[in-house]
Amino acid sequence: MSKIVRAVARLITPAILLFGLYVIMHGHITPGGGFQGGAVFASGVALLIVAFGAGRVEQFLKEHQLSVLESGGGLLFIGLAFAGLATAFFYNFLVGSPIFGHVPAFGSTQGDIWTAGTIPLMNVAVGMKVIAGLSAIMLAMALAASKSGEDE
Amino acid sequence: MNEFLTNIPFLAVAALICVAVYVMMSQRNLIKIVMGVVILESAVNLFLVALGYREGGVAPIFTNAPGTLMVLPVPQALTLTSIVIGVATTALMLSLIMLIYRHTGETDAEKSRRVKG
Amino acid sequence: MLRRIAIGLTLTVLGVMFFAAALTIRPFGEPPSAMDDYIIANSQQETGANNAVSAVVFDYRGYDTLGEATVLFTAVTAVVMLFRKRKNEAAE
Repeated sequence: MSKIVRAVARLITPAILLFGLYVIMHGHITPGGGFQGGAVFASGVALLIVAFGAGRVEQFLKEHQLSVLESGGGLLFIGLAFAGLATAFFYNFLVGSPIFGHVPAFGSTQGDIWTAGTIPLMNVAVGMKVIAGLSAIMLAMALAASKSGEDE
Repeated sequence: MNEFLTNIPFLAVAALICVAVYVMMSQRNLIKIVMGVVILESAVNLFLVALGYREGGVAPIFTNAPGTLMVLPVPQALTLTSIVIGVATTALMLSLIMLIYRHTGETDAEKSRRVKG
Repeated sequence: MLRRIAIGLTLTVLGVMFFAAALTIRPFGEPPSAMDDYIIANSQQETGANNAVSAVVFDYRGYDTLGEATVLFTAVTAVVMLFRKRKNEAAE
Protein backbone atom coordinates (compact mmCIF):
# COMPACT_ATOMS: atom_id res chain seq x y z
CA MET A 1 0.00 0.00 0.00
CA SER A 2 1.07 3.59 -0.46
CA LYS A 3 3.16 5.71 1.91
CA ILE A 4 0.18 7.65 3.28
CA VAL A 5 -1.72 4.50 4.25
CA ARG A 6 1.36 3.03 5.96
CA ALA A 7 2.08 6.26 7.89
CA VAL A 8 -1.51 6.60 9.13
CA ALA A 9 -1.61 2.90 10.07
CA ARG A 10 1.57 3.31 12.15
CA LEU A 11 -0.02 6.24 14.00
CA ILE A 12 -3.49 4.86 14.64
CA THR A 13 -2.91 1.14 15.37
CA PRO A 14 -1.80 1.54 19.04
CA ALA A 15 -4.99 3.50 19.75
CA ILE A 16 -7.18 0.78 18.22
CA LEU A 17 -5.43 -2.03 20.14
CA LEU A 18 -5.63 -0.08 23.41
CA PHE A 19 -9.34 0.62 22.91
CA GLY A 20 -9.96 -3.08 22.30
CA LEU A 21 -8.24 -3.99 25.59
CA TYR A 22 -10.26 -1.28 27.40
CA VAL A 23 -13.56 -2.71 26.11
CA ILE A 24 -12.53 -6.22 27.25
CA MET A 25 -11.50 -5.17 30.76
CA HIS A 26 -14.54 -2.98 31.51
CA GLY A 27 -17.05 -5.57 30.33
CA HIS A 28 -18.92 -5.78 33.63
CA ILE A 29 -19.42 -2.01 34.06
CA THR A 30 -20.01 -0.56 30.59
CA PRO A 31 -21.46 -2.12 27.45
CA GLY A 32 -18.98 -4.54 25.90
CA GLY A 33 -17.17 -7.61 27.11
CA GLY A 34 -14.96 -10.38 25.78
CA PHE A 35 -16.47 -10.89 22.32
CA GLN A 36 -16.86 -7.22 21.45
CA GLY A 37 -13.39 -6.17 22.63
CA GLY A 38 -11.79 -9.13 20.88
CA ALA A 39 -13.45 -8.11 17.60
CA VAL A 40 -12.14 -4.52 17.96
CA PHE A 41 -8.60 -5.82 18.59
CA ALA A 42 -8.81 -8.15 15.58
CA SER A 43 -9.91 -5.25 13.37
CA GLY A 44 -6.67 -3.46 14.35
CA VAL A 45 -4.73 -6.55 13.22
CA ALA A 46 -6.73 -6.47 9.95
CA LEU A 47 -5.60 -2.86 9.38
CA LEU A 48 -1.98 -4.01 9.82
CA ILE A 49 -2.44 -6.85 7.32
CA VAL A 50 -3.99 -4.57 4.70
CA ALA A 51 -1.40 -1.79 5.09
CA PHE A 52 1.82 -3.78 5.36
CA GLY A 53 1.09 -7.10 3.62
CA ALA A 54 0.67 -10.56 5.09
CA GLY A 55 4.35 -11.52 4.84
CA ARG A 56 5.58 -8.84 7.22
CA VAL A 57 2.80 -9.42 9.76
CA GLU A 58 3.52 -13.16 9.75
CA GLN A 59 7.05 -12.53 11.02
CA PHE A 60 5.56 -11.02 14.19
CA LEU A 61 2.59 -13.32 14.81
CA LYS A 62 3.75 -16.87 14.31
CA GLU A 63 1.26 -19.67 14.15
CA HIS A 64 2.24 -21.55 17.30
CA GLN A 65 2.07 -18.36 19.40
CA LEU A 66 -1.52 -17.77 18.29
CA SER A 67 -2.35 -21.40 18.97
CA VAL A 68 -0.99 -21.21 22.53
CA LEU A 69 -2.94 -18.00 23.18
CA GLU A 70 -6.21 -19.48 21.98
CA SER A 71 -5.84 -22.76 23.85
CA GLY A 72 -4.85 -20.88 27.03
CA GLY A 73 -8.00 -18.78 26.82
CA GLY A 74 -10.19 -21.84 26.37
CA LEU A 75 -8.58 -23.70 29.28
CA LEU A 76 -8.92 -20.68 31.59
CA PHE A 77 -12.63 -20.41 30.73
CA ILE A 78 -13.28 -24.10 31.46
CA GLY A 79 -11.16 -23.96 34.61
CA LEU A 80 -13.26 -21.09 35.99
CA ALA A 81 -16.44 -22.99 35.12
CA PHE A 82 -15.32 -26.09 37.01
CA ALA A 83 -13.88 -24.23 40.00
CA GLY A 84 -17.28 -23.53 41.55
CA LEU A 85 -18.46 -27.12 41.18
CA ALA A 86 -19.04 -27.47 44.94
CA THR A 87 -22.39 -25.64 44.50
CA ALA A 88 -23.15 -25.79 40.77
CA PHE A 89 -21.46 -25.76 37.37
CA PHE A 90 -20.58 -22.11 36.41
CA TYR A 91 -21.28 -20.88 39.95
CA ASN A 92 -19.93 -17.38 40.68
CA PHE A 93 -17.84 -18.34 43.72
CA LEU A 94 -15.79 -15.13 43.95
CA VAL A 95 -18.63 -12.76 45.00
CA GLY A 96 -17.79 -11.56 48.52
CA SER A 97 -14.24 -12.98 48.50
CA PRO A 98 -11.03 -10.84 48.42
CA ILE A 99 -10.56 -11.25 44.62
CA PHE A 100 -13.03 -9.11 42.61
CA GLY A 101 -15.51 -9.39 45.43
CA HIS A 102 -17.26 -6.06 46.08
CA VAL A 103 -21.03 -5.96 45.72
CA PRO A 104 -22.38 -2.59 44.49
CA ALA A 105 -25.32 -0.80 46.09
CA PHE A 106 -28.71 -1.25 44.45
CA GLY A 107 -29.69 1.10 41.61
CA SER A 108 -27.69 3.56 39.54
CA THR A 109 -24.09 3.64 40.87
CA GLN A 110 -20.77 5.04 39.66
CA GLY A 111 -19.17 1.80 38.51
CA ASP A 112 -16.41 -0.03 40.42
CA ILE A 113 -13.96 -2.30 38.57
CA TRP A 114 -13.29 -4.52 41.55
CA THR A 115 -16.75 -6.16 41.46
CA ALA A 116 -18.53 -9.05 39.82
CA GLY A 117 -16.60 -12.16 40.81
CA THR A 118 -15.59 -14.49 37.99
CA ILE A 119 -17.09 -12.32 35.23
CA PRO A 120 -13.98 -10.11 34.53
CA LEU A 121 -11.74 -13.20 34.46
CA MET A 122 -14.10 -14.92 32.02
CA ASN A 123 -14.07 -11.74 29.90
CA VAL A 124 -10.26 -11.91 29.69
CA ALA A 125 -10.33 -15.61 28.77
CA VAL A 126 -12.93 -15.18 26.01
CA GLY A 127 -11.09 -12.05 24.79
CA MET A 128 -7.85 -14.01 24.38
CA LYS A 129 -9.72 -16.73 22.48
CA VAL A 130 -11.44 -14.31 20.09
CA ILE A 131 -8.26 -12.26 19.43
CA ALA A 132 -6.19 -15.33 18.58
CA GLY A 133 -8.96 -17.01 16.58
CA LEU A 134 -9.90 -14.08 14.35
CA SER A 135 -6.23 -13.13 13.77
CA ALA A 136 -5.39 -16.71 12.76
CA ILE A 137 -8.31 -16.84 10.30
CA MET A 138 -7.37 -13.52 8.68
CA LEU A 139 -3.67 -14.35 8.51
CA ALA A 140 -4.29 -17.79 6.94
CA MET A 141 -6.59 -16.34 4.25
CA ALA A 142 -4.27 -13.40 3.46
CA LEU A 143 -1.23 -15.67 3.15
CA ALA A 144 -3.08 -18.04 0.82
CA ALA A 145 -4.27 -15.14 -1.36
CA SER A 146 -0.82 -13.56 -1.64
CA LYS A 147 0.92 -16.88 -2.40
CA SER A 148 -1.51 -17.76 -5.18
CA GLY A 149 -1.12 -14.23 -6.56
CA GLU A 150 2.65 -14.81 -6.86
CA ASP A 151 2.34 -18.16 -8.57
CA GLU A 152 0.38 -16.88 -11.58
CA MET B 1 -53.66 0.54 9.33
CA ASN B 2 -52.35 1.18 12.82
CA GLU B 3 -50.53 -2.17 12.75
CA PHE B 4 -48.43 -1.02 9.78
CA LEU B 5 -47.11 1.91 11.79
CA THR B 6 -46.39 0.14 15.07
CA ASN B 7 -44.84 -3.08 13.70
CA ILE B 8 -42.31 -1.48 11.33
CA PRO B 9 -39.26 -3.43 12.68
CA PHE B 10 -41.02 -6.76 12.06
CA LEU B 11 -41.98 -5.65 8.54
CA ALA B 12 -38.33 -4.77 7.91
CA VAL B 13 -37.31 -8.27 9.04
CA ALA B 14 -39.82 -9.84 6.64
CA ALA B 15 -38.54 -7.68 3.74
CA LEU B 16 -34.90 -8.59 4.49
CA ILE B 17 -35.72 -12.31 4.58
CA CYS B 18 -37.45 -12.07 1.18
CA VAL B 19 -34.45 -10.19 -0.30
CA ALA B 20 -32.03 -12.80 1.09
CA VAL B 21 -34.02 -15.75 -0.30
CA TYR B 22 -34.18 -14.07 -3.72
CA VAL B 23 -30.41 -13.49 -3.75
CA MET B 24 -29.70 -17.09 -2.70
CA MET B 25 -31.93 -18.56 -5.40
CA SER B 26 -31.17 -16.40 -8.43
CA GLN B 27 -27.42 -15.67 -8.39
CA ARG B 28 -24.80 -17.88 -10.00
CA ASN B 29 -21.56 -16.50 -8.58
CA LEU B 30 -20.60 -18.33 -5.39
CA ILE B 31 -19.58 -15.21 -3.47
CA LYS B 32 -22.94 -13.56 -4.13
CA ILE B 33 -24.70 -16.62 -2.72
CA VAL B 34 -22.61 -16.22 0.46
CA MET B 35 -23.72 -12.59 0.63
CA GLY B 36 -27.33 -13.80 0.60
CA VAL B 37 -26.65 -16.07 3.57
CA VAL B 38 -25.10 -13.15 5.47
CA ILE B 39 -28.17 -10.95 4.82
CA LEU B 40 -30.39 -13.75 6.17
CA GLU B 41 -28.33 -14.00 9.36
CA SER B 42 -28.52 -10.21 9.87
CA ALA B 43 -32.30 -10.30 9.48
CA VAL B 44 -32.65 -12.98 12.16
CA ASN B 45 -30.39 -11.05 14.57
CA LEU B 46 -32.51 -7.92 14.03
CA PHE B 47 -35.64 -9.92 14.82
CA LEU B 48 -34.15 -11.22 18.07
CA VAL B 49 -33.19 -7.75 19.29
CA ALA B 50 -36.51 -6.19 18.24
CA LEU B 51 -38.44 -8.80 20.25
CA GLY B 52 -37.03 -7.51 23.51
CA TYR B 53 -37.84 -3.81 23.31
CA ARG B 54 -39.94 -2.15 25.98
CA GLU B 55 -41.60 1.19 25.18
CA GLY B 56 -39.58 4.02 26.76
CA GLY B 57 -36.86 1.75 28.16
CA VAL B 58 -33.10 2.35 28.45
CA ALA B 59 -30.16 -0.05 28.12
CA PRO B 60 -30.02 -2.64 30.98
CA ILE B 61 -26.84 -1.25 32.55
CA PHE B 62 -26.82 0.18 36.07
CA THR B 63 -23.76 2.47 35.70
CA ASN B 64 -25.18 6.04 35.67
CA ALA B 65 -28.52 4.70 34.41
CA PRO B 66 -30.83 7.51 33.27
CA GLY B 67 -34.06 5.70 34.22
CA THR B 68 -35.53 2.66 35.90
CA LEU B 69 -37.55 1.12 33.05
CA MET B 70 -35.14 -1.21 31.26
CA VAL B 71 -35.14 -3.19 28.03
CA LEU B 72 -35.07 -7.02 28.35
CA PRO B 73 -31.46 -8.30 28.57
CA VAL B 74 -31.93 -11.99 27.61
CA PRO B 75 -32.62 -11.51 23.83
CA GLN B 76 -29.46 -9.39 23.60
CA ALA B 77 -27.42 -12.22 25.10
CA LEU B 78 -28.86 -14.72 22.60
CA THR B 79 -28.10 -12.33 19.70
CA LEU B 80 -24.46 -12.12 20.83
CA THR B 81 -24.09 -15.89 20.48
CA SER B 82 -25.83 -15.81 17.10
CA ILE B 83 -23.48 -13.14 15.71
CA VAL B 84 -20.37 -15.11 16.68
CA ILE B 85 -21.72 -18.30 15.11
CA GLY B 86 -22.48 -16.30 11.93
CA VAL B 87 -18.85 -15.14 11.78
CA ALA B 88 -17.60 -18.74 12.10
CA THR B 89 -19.95 -19.98 9.35
CA THR B 90 -19.02 -17.15 6.95
CA ALA B 91 -15.27 -17.73 7.47
CA LEU B 92 -15.63 -21.44 6.64
CA MET B 93 -17.78 -20.78 3.55
CA LEU B 94 -15.33 -18.21 2.17
CA SER B 95 -12.30 -20.46 2.71
CA LEU B 96 -14.09 -23.32 0.90
CA ILE B 97 -14.78 -20.97 -2.03
CA MET B 98 -11.07 -20.07 -2.15
CA LEU B 99 -10.18 -23.77 -2.33
CA ILE B 100 -12.75 -24.38 -5.10
CA TYR B 101 -11.25 -21.50 -7.11
CA ARG B 102 -7.74 -22.85 -6.63
CA HIS B 103 -8.82 -26.35 -7.71
CA THR B 104 -11.03 -25.61 -10.72
CA GLY B 105 -10.35 -22.01 -11.74
CA GLU B 106 -14.05 -21.02 -11.75
CA THR B 107 -16.33 -19.21 -9.34
CA ASP B 108 -19.54 -20.09 -11.12
CA ALA B 109 -21.85 -22.49 -9.32
CA GLU B 110 -22.83 -24.40 -12.47
CA LYS B 111 -19.41 -24.66 -14.12
CA SER B 112 -17.53 -25.93 -11.08
CA ARG B 113 -19.69 -28.95 -10.38
CA ARG B 114 -17.29 -31.54 -11.69
CA VAL B 115 -14.69 -32.51 -9.08
CA LYS B 116 -11.58 -33.88 -10.78
CA GLY B 117 -9.03 -36.14 -9.17
CA MET C 1 -37.93 -19.56 -18.14
CA LEU C 2 -39.05 -22.35 -15.84
CA ARG C 3 -36.46 -21.14 -13.33
CA ARG C 4 -37.99 -17.66 -13.23
CA ILE C 5 -41.48 -19.05 -12.68
CA ALA C 6 -40.24 -21.19 -9.82
CA ILE C 7 -38.39 -18.29 -8.18
CA GLY C 8 -41.42 -16.00 -8.54
CA LEU C 9 -43.81 -18.56 -7.06
CA THR C 10 -41.54 -19.31 -4.09
CA LEU C 11 -41.04 -15.61 -3.36
CA THR C 12 -44.76 -14.91 -3.52
CA VAL C 13 -45.64 -17.70 -1.10
CA LEU C 14 -42.81 -16.79 1.31
CA GLY C 15 -43.59 -13.07 1.12
CA VAL C 16 -47.27 -13.53 1.93
CA MET C 17 -46.41 -15.84 4.85
CA PHE C 18 -43.80 -13.55 6.39
CA PHE C 19 -45.72 -10.30 5.95
CA ALA C 20 -48.87 -11.83 7.43
CA ALA C 21 -46.83 -13.07 10.39
CA ALA C 22 -45.19 -9.66 10.87
CA LEU C 23 -48.57 -7.91 10.99
CA THR C 24 -50.36 -10.31 13.34
CA ILE C 25 -47.55 -10.86 15.82
CA ARG C 26 -47.93 -9.08 19.15
CA PRO C 27 -47.57 -5.25 19.10
CA PHE C 28 -44.02 -3.93 19.11
CA GLY C 29 -43.00 -2.65 22.52
CA GLU C 30 -44.97 -4.78 24.99
CA PRO C 31 -43.18 -8.07 25.55
CA PRO C 32 -44.09 -10.61 28.28
CA SER C 33 -41.25 -10.31 30.75
CA ALA C 34 -41.56 -12.39 33.93
CA MET C 35 -38.03 -13.88 33.74
CA ASP C 36 -36.39 -10.60 32.72
CA ASP C 37 -38.10 -8.67 35.54
CA TYR C 38 -36.52 -11.08 38.01
CA ILE C 39 -33.10 -10.69 36.34
CA ILE C 40 -33.24 -6.88 36.28
CA ALA C 41 -34.37 -6.73 39.92
CA ASN C 42 -31.89 -9.24 41.39
CA SER C 43 -28.79 -9.51 39.17
CA GLN C 44 -26.90 -6.61 40.73
CA GLN C 45 -26.96 -8.14 44.23
CA GLU C 46 -26.53 -11.79 43.24
CA THR C 47 -23.68 -11.46 40.74
CA GLY C 48 -22.24 -8.06 41.66
CA ALA C 49 -22.10 -6.84 38.04
CA ASN C 50 -23.48 -3.51 36.88
CA ASN C 51 -24.00 -4.82 33.35
CA ALA C 52 -27.09 -7.07 33.26
CA VAL C 53 -26.28 -8.41 29.76
CA SER C 54 -22.80 -9.60 30.88
CA ALA C 55 -24.36 -11.21 33.95
CA VAL C 56 -26.81 -13.09 31.71
CA VAL C 57 -24.14 -14.15 29.19
CA PHE C 58 -21.54 -15.36 31.71
CA ASP C 59 -23.52 -16.28 34.83
CA TYR C 60 -27.18 -17.13 34.27
CA ARG C 61 -26.56 -18.60 30.79
CA GLY C 62 -22.91 -19.58 30.97
CA TYR C 63 -23.50 -22.94 29.32
CA ASP C 64 -24.54 -21.28 26.05
CA THR C 65 -21.29 -19.28 26.08
CA LEU C 66 -19.36 -22.54 26.49
CA GLY C 67 -21.07 -23.94 23.38
CA GLU C 68 -20.32 -20.77 21.44
CA ALA C 69 -16.62 -20.87 22.43
CA THR C 70 -16.50 -24.46 21.17
CA VAL C 71 -18.01 -23.49 17.80
CA LEU C 72 -15.49 -20.65 17.40
CA PHE C 73 -12.59 -22.97 18.27
CA THR C 74 -13.76 -25.61 15.77
CA ALA C 75 -14.16 -23.05 12.97
CA VAL C 76 -10.67 -21.58 13.54
CA THR C 77 -9.10 -25.06 13.57
CA ALA C 78 -10.87 -26.00 10.34
CA VAL C 79 -9.83 -22.82 8.49
CA VAL C 80 -6.17 -23.06 9.53
CA MET C 81 -6.10 -26.75 8.57
CA LEU C 82 -7.55 -26.07 5.09
CA PHE C 83 -4.74 -23.66 4.20
CA ARG C 84 -1.78 -25.70 5.37
CA LYS C 85 0.92 -26.66 2.86
CA ARG C 86 1.89 -30.29 2.58
CA LYS C 87 5.30 -31.08 4.04
CA ASN C 88 6.68 -32.95 1.02
CA GLU C 89 6.20 -30.00 -1.35
CA ALA C 90 9.40 -27.96 -1.75
CA ALA C 91 7.46 -24.71 -1.67
CA GLU C 92 9.67 -22.62 0.63
